[in-house]
Amino acid sequence: MRRITALPALALTGVLALSACGSGEGEGGPVQLRFLSLAWQTQSIEANERLVQEWNDTHPDIQVEYVQGSWDNVNDQLLTGFEAGDPPDIIHNESSALAGYAARGYLADLGDMLPQELKDDIRAEAWETATFDGQVVGVPFLQESQVFIANREVLEDSGVRIPTSEEPWTWDEFAEVSEELTTEDRYAVAWPLGSPVNRVLNLSLNFGGTFFEVAEDGTASMRVGEQEREVLQRIHEQLYEDETAAPETVGMSGSDPLPAFYAGEYAMIQGGVYTRQQVVEQAPEDFEWVTIPPLVGDTAEQGAVSQTLSVAADSAHPEEAAEFLSFFLSAENQVDLALGDWLLPTSREAAQAPELNTEENDWDVATASADNLVMAPYLKVQGFDEWKNRVAQPALEEYFGGAITIDELAQRLETEGDDVLGRYR
Amino acid sequence: MVITKGRRAGGRALQYTALLGYLAFLAFPLVWLVSTAFKTSREMARLDPTWIPLEPTLDNFVQALGEQDIIGAAQRSLVVALASAVLVVAMALPASYALARHRSRLNAAALGWVLVSQVFPFILLIIPLFMILRQLGLVNSLAGLVIVHATFCLPFVLWMLQGYVRGVPRELEEAAGVDGAGRWRTLWSVVAPLLAPGVVAALMFGFVSSWNEFLFALILLKDPQIQTLPLALVRFTGPEGVVRLGPLAAASLMATVPSLVFFSFIQRRLKGGMVAGAVKG
Repeated sequence: MRRITALPALALTGVLALSACGSGEGEGGPVQLRFLSLAWQTQSIEANERLVQEWNDTHPDIQVEYVQGSWDNVNDQLLTGFEAGDPPDIIHNESSALAGYAARGYLADLGDMLPQELKDDIRAEAWETATFDGQVVGVPFLQESQVFIANREVLEDSGVRIPTSEEPWTWDEFAEVSEELTTEDRYAVAWPLGSPVNRVLNLSLNFGGTFFEVAEDGTASMRVGEQEREVLQRIHEQLYEDETAAPETVGMSGSDPLPAFYAGEYAMIQGGVYTRQQVVEQAPEDFEWVTIPPLVGDTAEQGAVSQTLSVAADSAHPEEAAEFLSFFLSAENQVDLALGDWLLPTSREAAQAPELNTEENDWDVATASADNLVMAPYLKVQGFDEWKNRVAQPALEEYFGGAITIDELAQRLETEGDDVLGRYR
Repeated sequence: MVITKGRRAGGRALQYTALLGYLAFLAFPLVWLVSTAFKTSREMARLDPTWIPLEPTLDNFVQALGEQDIIGAAQRSLVVALASAVLVVAMALPASYALARHRSRLNAAALGWVLVSQVFPFILLIIPLFMILRQLGLVNSLAGLVIVHATFCLPFVLWMLQGYVRGVPRELEEAAGVDGAGRWRTLWSVVAPLLAPGVVAALMFGFVSSWNEFLFALILLKDPQIQTLPLALVRFTGPEGVVRLGPLAAASLMATVPSLVFFSFIQRRLKGGMVAGAVKG
């Protein structure tokens, strides 16, 4: 029993000792900024940490503390920080989360704090993703396009035309090719549609499908017309009529079908450009692959969200934080960040970098696809997150699962969607 | 009915087979974790998974240790979990004794309220809690996290322990009183040994709850130097459920060691406690 009775004493000693572990903020001295980063891949973390270290070495009067967050929980963390008046100074997030924060006044307007050089360098379409009511609440720096990764050997053996950025496939040609590539023991394509909403909305812009009508006062309503139905129907047809798409992948997340793809069960897999990294790291060494550029409908346009860096409105040092952003997201640094995440830079100058235009790992195809990226219309919609989670996600799951028709889907998206969006008016 | 030696042996073999099957079932996650931690990315992506890595590698450990302070985070988690477990038991033990021994309608209502308090989602409480802790200067401190963990664990531990107290026959205490033992002597020499298994179970529950807790740690601990293990592990996950499985498995494997040590230690106490109450000395 002596050992057990020792435990309370040990614990109390521990608690007392722990109370000394809090980090205090010293008065005077250099400005201290906290940078919440969501980098999670090895190269990306290295690039982030290296750039912060470089900044700290050259700016002794403005020191940045690198804090790692995680994509899954960042908004819980931020909301608490904002509500309690203690957010990180510099915030890494994606533009789809910014509308709500901007509406509540949580983010600083960076419009007058950023150098003209940076403003001019980043594509206007990217700036749109982080501009709300004329306020620039984030600097967009990484984007992704939707592509297919194909088994090159299968494509060559089938004799189909391998598309290039200059001559991409149309959706019609893609459907024809898919028929060619489908055999008794192989589907042409795997559509991992476990989280289909953003993907479908982004691709629907190929046919002008926007899903939301946003009035000048910012209120939004749903519209599921012919243009919005086009991509939905084409995917559905592949699954249930042409039977060229693997139905078992419908509920999967992006990387789940990769092992079967490497094993030759699918000729192509749909995903973001970052999927290339997983293929490079995981595929058998003799596996040959090729990136299929974005498909073309009426246009090749795709909706895009951006990874962004913002400054908290409650930050005590917004000017200094904006100064750090300007350094961190310079063209030169965006090249490293893009390479680290296998994504596309928003900087025009960065997009010209040789490393991002080499044929190695199809960087040239990936970088060229950035030209088709425009602001995803849903970024401006108040209540999009709730619409996505409560209405669109379950309805699309049922549609792609073959449980409801396109008319039923359209009706649900419109009626239930308007109910949700109405609460944000 | 005569049971032959052969039938007895057959039954025994069946028992051992079932036991082995059960052990294999329980061990599967750990074995798979170990296997994954030593696999290359290519091997992890095979359609036909392998039990034993074909080309064992330490790369995952190198990456995990290089990118995150796994060892430090595990140490901090261990300290926080131990302190939380002990604190919650220290708070719950006298309260549970009072609730169990001095029963009234008020006690029943109190116990009901204790359980009701468990149904509030943490996310509703986190903002006011954060503001209170900030007023107290306990944000960004492990002490603050210990207090929060202990507080949120308290209702269930209280519920657990009052059940154990009720399991100790009141007559034993009365008999000790007749033998001349005072209140404290009775509690210490008679009740405490019989409660030991319950206390150990409560400690285990408190430890595991705190060891795994993520949300409060995420909100409260801003300084990277004091963050706990769940915060370090989650950084191997990306958006939309994408995971860097190799480093995550390696980090998780390293992280299990402190808790295994704790449980191997406390498990012996659990057995000791059970036996200690069997004979009144």
